[in-house]
Amino acid sequence: MTLTQVILTIAYLITAILFILGLKFLSSPKSARRGNILAMVGMLIAVVATGFDTHILSWTDIVIGAVIGAPIGFISARLVKMTAMPQMVALFNGAGGGAAALVSSGEFLRLLKSASTPTWDLVLPIVLSSIIGSISFSGSLIAFAKLQELMTGRPITYVGQQVVNSVVLLGIVGLAGFLLAGNVAPAPFALLVAAALLLGILSVLPIGGADMPVVISLLNSFTGLAVAITGFALNNTVLIISGTLVGASGTFLTMAMATAMNRSVGNVLFGAFGAVKQAAGAATGAPGGGTVRSASADDVATLLAYSRSVIIAPGYGMAVAQAQHAVRELAQNLEKRGVDVKFAIHPVAGRMPGHMNVLLAEANVPYDQLKEMDEINPQFEHADVALVIGANDVTNPAARSVANSPIYGMPILDVDKAANVVVLKRSMNPGFAGIDNPLYENPKTMMLFGDAKDSVSKLAAGVAAA
Amino acid sequence: MQLLFSELTVFVLAIFVGFEVISKVPSMLHTPLMSATNAIHGIVVVGAMLVAGAAIGGAVGHAIGLAAMVLATINVVGGFAVTERMLEMFKGKPGSR
Repeated sequence: MTLTQVILTIAYLITAILFILGLKFLSSPKSARRGNILAMVGMLIAVVATGFDTHILSWTDIVIGAVIGAPIGFISARLVKMTAMPQMVALFNGAGGGAAALVSSGEFLRLLKSASTPTWDLVLPIVLSSIIGSISFSGSLIAFAKLQELMTGRPITYVGQQVVNSVVLLGIVGLAGFLLAGNVAPAPFALLVAAALLLGILSVLPIGGADMPVVISLLNSFTGLAVAITGFALNNTVLIISGTLVGASGTFLTMAMATAMNRSVGNVLFGAFGAVKQAAGAATGAPGGGTVRSASADDVATLLAYSRSVIIAPGYGMAVAQAQHAVRELAQNLEKRGVDVKFAIHPVAGRMPGHMNVLLAEANVPYDQLKEMDEINPQFEHADVALVIGANDVTNPAARSVANSPIYGMPILDVDKAANVVVLKRSMNPGFAGIDNPLYENPKTMMLFGDAKDSVSKLAAGVAAA
Repeated sequence: MQLLFSELTVFVLAIFVGFEVISKVPSMLHTPLMSATNAIHGIVVVGAMLVAGAAIGGAVGHAIGLAAMVLATINVVGGFAVTERMLEMFKGKPGSR
């Protein structure tokens, strides 16, 4: 072992330790920023150390690449709106997956140029990380397009979809086997990458917007895994350790999100949730079959102002309307009058894990006011008003009682246990999953129709004036 | 082959460390967690440096190295910047702690 190798190994070890400590510090909002800084320092150490690697013969491409990439990453990270965070995360994730696939492709190119025939243990990690990295790259781009509404957020399905996907998957397995059998050539490898890119696109297309928290977490874990396997290809432990940490984290979040919807990951990926709506809608009749009580902003403002305790349940509608600042104002005005205000956060409210927490944090709502589902649910029965802002499925009591409902068994926020329920909604259109919500026909419920931001601002003004 | 198996050991141990550390993160911080791990998988920039700097040669070699560097740098810089921006927003009740 040369001195350079010793220094590199130690530097990479320090990086791995800093990453692990950084993630550990993320377990509390008080230490989380320190955690992120530790991880940054770790990254810096790894990059500087790699600069001393004797395998680096030319700096031109490295420098040009960094000079192009760094401003793109930094500027988009600073400019992106908090409401657009899910698609931003998807893009960065795709970039990582694409980079992993490219690094493996570079290694493959090197194998091609070497004189001896490579053994399977050299080819296997290259093939695996190219496949997984490519799937993550193209899948993330489709997730981005759906979240950015460049294409419909509804599931895209067609007859024989599963068959097509299976054929592509089989093709990938076949090509991988062909390469591993010692046929190291450019054409099958290029075909392999193309097929993997195609599979990434095809598998995200049938997944609906409401299931995005699961998909984003899963793609996150895919990129982590791709990076880890790239580490095998390069015999680089820091890539293996860091990639695996991310893979574990993504897998953990994926399972947590699926549990919060009471569905298996397989059901999310292959169930085309939301496409079943026609069947469910036809069974229960047109929405609004019962009577719905509509209220004015003044009525609701008065009700809120003279309550003792109010629980706010936000959903994706709050993000779409960018109503988080108005919501904070309303909460503050209520608190000034001595009303106890809490926020009930469902784990899958929004489009990514923890989406609502980030938005409310942006609006300066103190995090101690944000309560997780298990903590807040017993408190609804003591609350005077449950205020539902742009949330639908996560408050739908059908999940408790209607056995043939697509969301049956999903844990929900028990807003209907409060003395009064106020639902802010754009119109009577059913929510994303297209499932009727009996909450709206509950005699305790008042509907306040209109744009969420507009309605909440009126409520805030009304409460201040009351 | 021996190298492959010692790397496999590191891989499996890292899975356990990952689950252990991450299961302690509260759901309130799930978005920053995802975005921080997003930045951490930007460590692929090390691989990108090695490929881009290896001078594999040919137009394809250059294109692959350069593209890998661009994507990996976007991932690292953007990932950390966005996480920092998010975390600085998380504040407790003023004066309460």
